[in-house]
Parts: sequence; structure tokens; C-alpha cells
Amino acid sequence: MLTRESIKNPFHPIMIGSNLIPSFLKLNPFHQIRNPVMFTVYIGSLMTTGLFIQSVLNHGEARPSFIFAITFWLWFTVLFSNFAEAVAEARGKAQANSLRKARREIQAKKLSSPKKGSKIKLVRSVNLRMGDYVLVEEQDYIPCDGDVVEGIAFVNESAITGESAPVIRESGGDRSAVTGGTRVISDWIIVKITKNPGENFLDHMISLVEGAKRQKTPNEIALNILLATLTIIFLLVCTTLLPYSIYSVGTAHAGSVVTVTVLVALFVCLAPTTIGGLISAIGIAGMDRMIQRNVVALSGRAIEAAGDVNVLLLDKTGTITLGNRQATEFIPVSGIAVETLADAAQLSSLADETAEGRSIVILAKEKYGIRGRNIEELGASFIPFKAQTRMSGVDLKERQIRKGAPDAVENYVRERGGQLPPNVQELIDSISRQGATPLLVAEGSKILGIIHLKDIVKGGIKERFAELRRMGIKTIMITGDNHLTAATIAAEAGVDDFLAQATPEDKLNLIRKLQKEGRLVAMAGDGTNDAPALAQADVAVAMNTGTQIAKEAGNMVDLDSNPTKLIDIVEIGKQLLITRGSVTTFSIANDIAKYFAILPAAFAGTYPALNTLNIMHLATPQSAILSAVIFNAVIIVCLIPLALQGVRYRWVSATQLLRTNIFIYGLGGIIAPFVGIKFIDLLLEGFNLA
Amino acid sequence: MTENSIIQVLFYLTVLLLLVKPLGLYMAWIYEGQPCFVDRVLKPIERTIYRLCFIKPEQEMNWKEYSIAMLVFSLLGTLAVYAIQRFQVFLPLNSEHFAAVPLDLSFNTAVSFITNTNWQAYTGESTLSYFTQMTALTVQNFLSAASGMSVLIALIRGIQRRETTDLGNFWVDTVRGIIYILIPLAIVLALLLVSQGVIQNFKGYQKAKLMQKVEYQEPMTDNTGQAIKDTAGNPITQAKVLTEQVIPMGPVASQVAIKQLGTNGGGFFNANSAHPFENPTPFSNFLEMLAIMLIPAALCYTFGVMVKDKSQGWAIFLAMLLIFLPLMFLTLCAEHRVNPEIIKISDAQILQKNGNMEGKETRFGALNSALWAAATTATANGSVNAMHDSFLPLGGLIPLWFINLGEVIFGGVGSGLYQMLIFIIITVFVSGLMVGRTPEYLGKKIESYEIKMASFAILIMPLVVLLCTAVGLITEVGKSSIANPGAHGLSEVLYAFSSMTNNNGSAFAGINANTLFYNILGGFAILIGRFWIAIPVLAIAGSLVQKKIVPSSAGTLPTNTPLFIGILISIVLIIGALTFFPAFALGPIVEQLMIYGY
Repeated sequence: MLTRESIKNPFHPIMIGSNLIPSFLKLNPFHQIRNPVMFTVYIGSLMTTGLFIQSVLNHGEARPSFIFAITFWLWFTVLFSNFAEAVAEARGKAQANSLRKARREIQAKKLSSPKKGSKIKLVRSVNLRMGDYVLVEEQDYIPCDGDVVEGIAFVNESAITGESAPVIRESGGDRSAVTGGTRVISDWIIVKITKNPGENFLDHMISLVEGAKRQKTPNEIALNILLATLTIIFLLVCTTLLPYSIYSVGTAHAGSVVTVTVLVALFVCLAPTTIGGLISAIGIAGMDRMIQRNVVALSGRAIEAAGDVNVLLLDKTGTITLGNRQATEFIPVSGIAVETLADAAQLSSLADETAEGRSIVILAKEKYGIRGRNIEELGASFIPFKAQTRMSGVDLKERQIRKGAPDAVENYVRERGGQLPPNVQELIDSISRQGATPLLVAEGSKILGIIHLKDIVKGGIKERFAELRRMGIKTIMITGDNHLTAATIAAEAGVDDFLAQATPEDKLNLIRKLQKEGRLVAMAGDGTNDAPALAQADVAVAMNTGTQIAKEAGNMVDLDSNPTKLIDIVEIGKQLLITRGSVTTFSIANDIAKYFAILPAAFAGTYPALNTLNIMHLATPQSAILSAVIFNAVIIVCLIPLALQGVRYRWVSATQLLRTNIFIYGLGGIIAPFVGIKFIDLLLEGFNLA
Repeated sequence: MTENSIIQVLFYLTVLLLLVKPLGLYMAWIYEGQPCFVDRVLKPIERTIYRLCFIKPEQEMNWKEYSIAMLVFSLLGTLAVYAIQRFQVFLPLNSEHFAAVPLDLSFNTAVSFITNTNWQAYTGESTLSYFTQMTALTVQNFLSAASGMSVLIALIRGIQRRETTDLGNFWVDTVRGIIYILIPLAIVLALLLVSQGVIQNFKGYQKAKLMQKVEYQEPMTDNTGQAIKDTAGNPITQAKVLTEQVIPMGPVASQVAIKQLGTNGGGFFNANSAHPFENPTPFSNFLEMLAIMLIPAALCYTFGVMVKDKSQGWAIFLAMLLIFLPLMFLTLCAEHRVNPEIIKISDAQILQKNGNMEGKETRFGALNSALWAAATTATANGSVNAMHDSFLPLGGLIPLWFINLGEVIFGGVGSGLYQMLIFIIITVFVSGLMVGRTPEYLGKKIESYEIKMASFAILIMPLVVLLCTAVGLITEVGKSSIANPGAHGLSEVLYAFSSMTNNNGSAFAGINANTLFYNILGGFAILIGRFWIAIPVLAIAGSLVQKKIVPSSAGTLPTNTPLFIGILISIVLIIGALTFFPAFALGPIVEQLMIYGY
């Protein structure tokens, strides 16, 4: 059984063991033909196998032992590539297995109409269709993806998110989507089924993590074309060497014509087999890295686009700021003691469960030592916040305390014959200008003072944005706040730009405008009103807590519902491309050394002068060719961990990144095979195999 | 190398460098249709041509229309050149009464001239009438050069314009290229050459009495042209004495000027610019060498101006120059050495004092012959002032390699730069991946379609060169043309097909090119080498022109930095080296090792 431990290490005995069979099964020609580079190696291996059999049966073109050794290592080149792919897939498969457990078949309570009391019919979940209504009660599994149309419940979604804390799902609003395979742990809900069986989120996730439905991404297609071109060129280089050799032997009257075995060996060494053998593993591993961070990419294209993003649209709340404003100061009007204001503010907030309310209680306690009181003992009744009144407060025996938006509280006071004391308006304005929110506190007809509520910017986010800027990625903050507030927060968080008082249309228009300028836009969203913008954005991450419509509009789903993850997604996207590019460069740079190993070995018989090119001083022509072939095969295995983990990504400018990678993979790619081939040759010589 | 040599090379490069900017800027004006100081004289001519040819100058073309126009233009050119050669007997200005040019040779010459290759399978002074030279060859020198530049301009527009399909008008670009750029430059150069003694006349061939009689043995032949042999199998010869020499004449200067400027290279005489009537003095040699590189180098600057970022043009120029300089230097060094084989068999060491003088003109010396060889093969010019076949192996390897880099080191007029842009696309793609972004060049995203087309363009040249060489080396028809056996024979065949496929046209000599096999196979290699690349280039232009321009940021890979130039150089060299290293190893490399010991 695959364990977490074994999955991390591709060379763990269990990992090797469980992937051996798939590696051989992938020798199926129909599988091989999907990867043109490796397919040519496959054909080459078949050819040398034939030549080996011929050399055993009667007179072959070279010693059977030599042809056998070449053939053996050519097959291993193919198998190593298969192994890399199998290992990458195994990680996904392990995840898929745990997901599959969640996708159990269950009896669903189908309702004849979307009402709690209507008739219930038990049906198997596979028989549910889009538009059906089901009742899900405590301890029931939700049979299919859908939207809550009635009720509210706690749902355990650990099967998909890995997060054991239950989440609230309720009808209406942005928390109405439920996923098949998750479990209701309290209360009940009525769910309208929005997906047919087999099309559920869970099904989709399983096929994605297994890599079964993996489509090639645009850059991967382009790279494949380039690799195929190089392969064809090298194929021709090697094929035409035969006539060149025939001519040379004829005109020099020395040596013998180069053998097909050597030409096949030369071809396999020259063809970009390192990248060809790993390209599919790299792609699968990229998808896998997303899943490990709890992001489900609904298309490979989106992962790649993530690497190209040049604008990030980030919601202020929850992404840039902690999400709730906090009281930082009590400012009394003249003639009122600050303690009086703090006391009134605390009383009005005792029963206020909002984050703002709690922060007022905490501030009163920390700064003025006012302890919490029990609202029921005081005989007080709490007036909750309403959109119409835009105030909340508390009614005691003969005291009425209100706090709320300045204009609302001002009206409240005026109705009771009071008025706004002088200077208060200026105070309110100055707080607004700082990007904070003023709350006016009044008791009866008297204004007591102002509570200063402030948005708290998340720690470390400013540095993150600076990194993004160095990478050339612009951040734009989206907020419903007014312009002043937005500008202040934007400056504090260090974003490049902001969109204040944003409506869904504004967001959509902003994205369209940016795209028209040629930029690629990424955004995160959860609400139904985000859906149009999500659909328009190039990389659209929907929060798993969000509505079904938002999830469908996006091309990625973040199971942790953490909008900051956009930054991680960009990183993974870039890492994927960098890994492909670096291995390609490495692969091509390797060819130089291989020429110096194989050409003198193949042609020195005709022209002894060519021995000068044997700069590595390899022992014999046979060992030279064999060493090159072995190096070519073994390097694939050596690079499997790199393919799976990806090239380390650093948040530096493109030029710096390129310099580093060219140095490591370009220059390293030229030097490494000289060392490696010489080393293998020494080994062969040491074991008298040369 | 002596100080004198270094000074000459530096002087040459300095003059070239000084001309790049003014000419490049002028060409950008011409192709962008900006008003220019020559308009007063040339505008009426331009308008008249449009009226006569029913060209609507304001009509824009998409890439397909542009390609079709180019192909039609080339086809008409082929037919005209072919017909003039076949019917030259009936046409005027045929003082020597040359017969119709054979079918295969006419075909080869026709495709060679319309593709800016100018491979000389023909021998000008003994095959072609003055009329053919002037109306077929010289005219095509202008047309093929201009059409190559037009394709480049279309590609530049593809990069520079956004969200449209319009690439300009092929007929307008070509007409403007001819009358505003090529003709004025050619007139100036022709006059300068005439001042140095290059001839320009319609006289019949002249006879001159030799100061010294020449006695020689000529093999006797029977009626069928076969050599008669004695019983021992040796050919029977008869003694002959020459007292007279025939000296060909003709309108040479006008042809030489454009063949140098337009990277054509097809000489009036068989000896090309080694002939004293084509290239009489060191100064004429300097001018002609300058003309070889002039337009291809200046087009880099034109590119920079047209994409509104001159540093991009200079970056390409620098990449080309940095490949050109060391390789040129290698050729110079190789040719400054003495050929050890010649010293072994003769005591004529005096002849070798100034380097390897075999196959070189004494008025140019080893330096100017080697410098010319580098220039003519780095660009797709192909004119010669010395016999590359007689270069030392390393000296011959470099021209061969220059050609097989795909003619991108300055290359042909227009075609050099557009093929270099293909390499840039590949470089941008690979390095774009390495920085984690879908690659962009000058704000245009490079996606799978561009890579597909770039791959087509890159793939075809090695394919044709290697395959044709293979056929040439194992068939009797191919091998029978080889003059020198051994590894050098391989170099000769490889050079021939490399030169034709890459539209260079220079000859290695030492191979009898005027055979049915080389004329026909080579003719097809020439055609594929030109159009199989030009059409994907236009397709890329057509795709790029529709794209938006992505604004650049810190995440964008800059394409004008030393780092990028370095990567571009490496990719050009590595692709070129990896593709041809085995063939070179069995040809010039092994020769070099054998001559100088190992």
C-alpha cells in the first residue's frame, strides 16, 4: 500500500515495486505513440533487438554481446521514462483512492417538491438527475452536487478539503453550494441537484488527480512540436551518416561501414530523450502540486496561464486585510469622559457577535479595564444591526445606547431633539480620510463620541506584494469601500492600484480593460455576483465555500477558500514551465559531449585521425558508445525527483532567473555528460566490460 | 596575422559599421512610406509603375495574399529567365552566337536567380549572351533581392502592428525596395567600379596576342568526345601551342554592382570576382566586399526603427557580429598558414610566404580572399574572389559552417534577418519557459502556431542538405562530378548542396556542377530552401499581426540584454553544430587533422 512516506520518495522500495508493472504495461505501442520522442526510442529498441537476434542466429553486424548491451540500455531508456510517468501518476492515484471512498453509493431521500413536508422516496444516488430535490438530514451524506434551497446545516467537508472543522451551508447567499460525498452533521437541508451522476465535482477531481483526462497544455504542445522537430533532424543526421560512411570507407579504403546498432545508439543519445522521457511526468506533477496545496485546477491550461498572469485582482476583505475592522480608539466629544464613552460602547456591543462588536469589548477591557457584563442580568435588550437602520445598540431600563454609521446615528439623535456637537463632523471626516471607519455612539439625544474602527492589514502581505512587483505582477485591490478608505488601505498594504466602490460590472469592466491592454488577469471570488468576472478572468479561482455558480465560472477551485493562495498558484504555474524549459535546455546541451564520445568511436576505423576528437579518452569504441547510451538512460532516473518537485522558484526578475537557470541547466548540461560518460566508461573498464 | 592584416580588417568593419545606421534609417523610411528627400525624383516613377502594372498601392494584404503575390512574382520571374535562356539565339546582343542554354541548366539558373541564390552552374562568358546576362540575370538580381526584403518587412509589420490582418502590399514593398534602395545604390557602386576598371560595353570578344607562347599537351578525343587511350591505358595527348587569347567583354559593372549589393553573387564571368574585369583593384575589392555586407547589416537597424526600439535591432546586429567575428578570424588564421603538403612537394616556398596562396589572386592576397570568403558565406551572397576549394580544410570549414548556420549571420538581404527572427522565436520560447512565462517577443506572445511554423522553417534546410548530400555521395551520377577523392570529395558535395539549399550560391569549385543530376536535384533544393522557409515566415507574420501587444514588465524577458544575445548565439551555434558536426567530421575536420597531424 502506498503511504505518504513512500509517495514522497520516488526511489522508496515500495514506490519502485508498485510502479514496476505499470512501467512495463506502458510499453504498449498505443501508449508510446502519444509521446513522439520516446516512440522513436521505442522503435530504435525494437530494431536493435532484431539485430541482436540476427547476430545470435547467424552472422550479425557486430558482436552479439555489444548489440545486447546497447539493446538492454535502450529498453531501459524507455522503461525509465515509463517509470517516471508511473511515479507521477501514483501520487495522484493515492489521492484518487481516498476521494473514491467518499464517492460511495448512497440512498438519497428524493422529494416530490422542494418542501420539508413533501413525500420522500428513497432512490439510489446514481439515479438522481439535475433538477431533483433531496432532503439531507443529520448524519446523511449529500448524494450529489447541488444548491441548498431550504434550511441550514453544518457540513463536514473533510473528504474533499481535508479540513475537519464543519462549515455552515444555508440557502440563499454565497454559502449555498454543497458537494456530493460530504456529510451533514447537524440539522437538515433541502438540496436542488445541479449535476448528473458522473459529472460531480468529486468525479471530476478523481479523474483530474489520476491524470486520466490530462490534456496537453498550450506550451506543452508547442514544446512537443519543437522536440519532434529536433528528433526528426537528429533522425536524419544519423540516417545520412550511413551513406556518408559508405562513401568514406570506399574512398579511404580503410575501416568498415558504421553499424546500424551504432547509428541507433547515436540517434537515441542525440534525440531529446531526457525531456521527452520526463515531459509527461512534469505535467502530471504540476497538477499534483496544485492538489497538494488544496487547489483543484479544472484545466491544465489554467495552471499554465497562472504562470503568465500579470495582474492579480485581490479582494480587500479577507485577502489583504484580516477581514474585519477592529476598534482601535474611543474619541469622546468635548464634555464627555472617555470612560463614559467606553462604557456605553461596551454596553452596546456586549451582545454584538460581529467581529467589530467583539473588538469594541476587547478594547474597552484592555484600555479602560471595563469588564464584561452579562446582558441578561442587566435586563437589557439588544438591538441588532439592520441594513435599514444601519445601527445597533442596547436598550437598558432608562438608557438607550446606539452605535452605527455617523449619518444614521445623527438622524437618530435629531429625532430625539439632540444635535451634532461642533467638531464632530470634522473628526468623522478625518477618520474616513485615514481609511478607517468611524462609528458614532449616542445615548438618547446625546452624542457621546466616536469609535475608531480600523481595517487591519495582514502581516507579511506587503512583502509578498513587493515580491510580486519584482516579478512584474501588478496587484489591484478590489473593495466596496469608498475611495478614501480604499486609497489608505492600498497605500498601507502596498498594492499597485485599487478599485473602490466596486460593483460586479466594475470588476468585469476592469478585467476586460486589462485584457484589452494585453494583460492576463487572475482573480479569486466566491459570490454569485463574482461569477461574470470569474468567467472573464484568465485565471479564476473560486472558493470552495462559494456558490455553485461561482465554482462553475472559475477554472480553479480552492478547497481551503483562501484567496491569498492566488500567489501560490502563480508560483506553481511558473514552476511548471521553468521545469520543462530547464530540462529541455539540459537535454540539448548534453548532445555536445555525446558527439565527442560516439563520433570518434564510430569513424576512427576509417579515419584514425578522428581519434583526436576522443577528448575524454574513453577506453574502447564499444565502451564509448555504451557509456553514452547508459548515461542517456540513467540521467532520466536522476532527474525524476526534479521533474516531480519542479525546479525551485525564486521571486526575482526574469533576467536574474534566466541567468541562474541557464548557468545550472545550460552550462551544467554541457559539462555533466562529459563527467558522467567518463565515469561510466571507467566503471566499464574497471569491470572489464570495455 | 600581421598588423597590416588587422588594420585592414578593422578598417573594413569600421566603414561597414558607420554605414549601418544611415542606410538602415533610410530603408525604414522607405518601407514605412515616409516622405523622403528622393521623392521628387522617384515618386513619379513609382506612380507610373503602379499605373502600368495595375497595382493599387493602398490595398493591404493578409499573409496568404502576400505569399501568393510573392509566389506569382517568383513564378513569372522563373518563366522569364528560363525563356530568355532558351531563346537567346533569336534575341539581340548575342555577338558570340551562343546557342540555347540546355534545358536542365536553364532550369537551374532560372530558379537560382529568382531565389537570390545565383548558383553558377553556367559559365557566363561561354554560355550566355549579353542580352541574357542583362535582362534575365541582372534584372532578377534586383527582383529577388527586393522580394526577400519584402518578406522581411511583412514579418516586421507582423510584430509591429496589432490586432489586424494587414501586412502591407507585396507589390508596393517590392517596387519601393527596387527603385528607392537597390537601384540608387547599384548606380553609385557601378560608377565607382567602372572608375576602377570594371568594364561596361557591348563589344564582341576581343583577341589578343600572347606575349609568351604557351605550349601544352591536350588529350585527344574521338568523335564521341571520349578520351583516346593507348594500349597501356594512358590517354594519348598532342602538343599544342597557343599564341592568341580570347578576351570576353560585356556590360559587367552594372551586373557586378547589384550582385554584390543584393547578396546575389552570380558573376558575369565564371571566375566571378576573381576575374580582373569584375574586380580589378584592391579598392574595387574593398568596395565589393563592403557591398556584400551592407544591406543585410543595415536591415538590423531598419528592424529596430520599425519596431520602435532601436536596441532590439542592435541586439540582433550584435548577435550576428559576435558569431561572425571569431569565425572570420579563424578563416583568416587558417589561410595565413602555409600548406604543409605543398611545401613537401615543391620548393616554391616563396609563393607560400604570405599564407596559403593556392587558388587566390595575388592582387588580393590571403587576407582579402579569406575575409571575402567569410563575408560572402555569412551573408547569402556567394560571389567569390578566390577558390574556396583550395582553402586549407579549416579555412574551408568556416565558410561551409557559415552557410549551414542557415544563412542567418547577416544572411541574404531580407532573408537573413527573417531567418534570424525564426531563431529568435525559438530562443524566446526556450528561455521564456525557463523564466516561467509563455514566451513573448516584443510584446507578441509566441504560441504553438508560431513554434510549429518556426519548426517547419528550421527543419527543412538540414533535411534537404543532408539528404541531397547522401544521394550525391552514394550514386554514380553524384560521385562522378567529384574532382578530388577522399574526405575532400565529401566536403565538395556537401558544400554544393549546402550552398544551393541555403540560397548562398558560392561554389567550392572542384565539383562539376553542370550535370543533369546537380542541375535538377540542386534546382529543387534551391526552391525548397527559399520558399519552404519564406512561406512559414509569412504565416508567422500573419499570426503575430493579429495578436495584442502585451505590455512589458519585470516578468517579461528582455530581448536586448547581453544575456539574451548570448543565448541566441548559443542556440544558433548549437543547432548548426549539432546538425552538421558528423558530416563536417567526415569532411573538413578529418582533412584538417590529417594535414596537420594529430
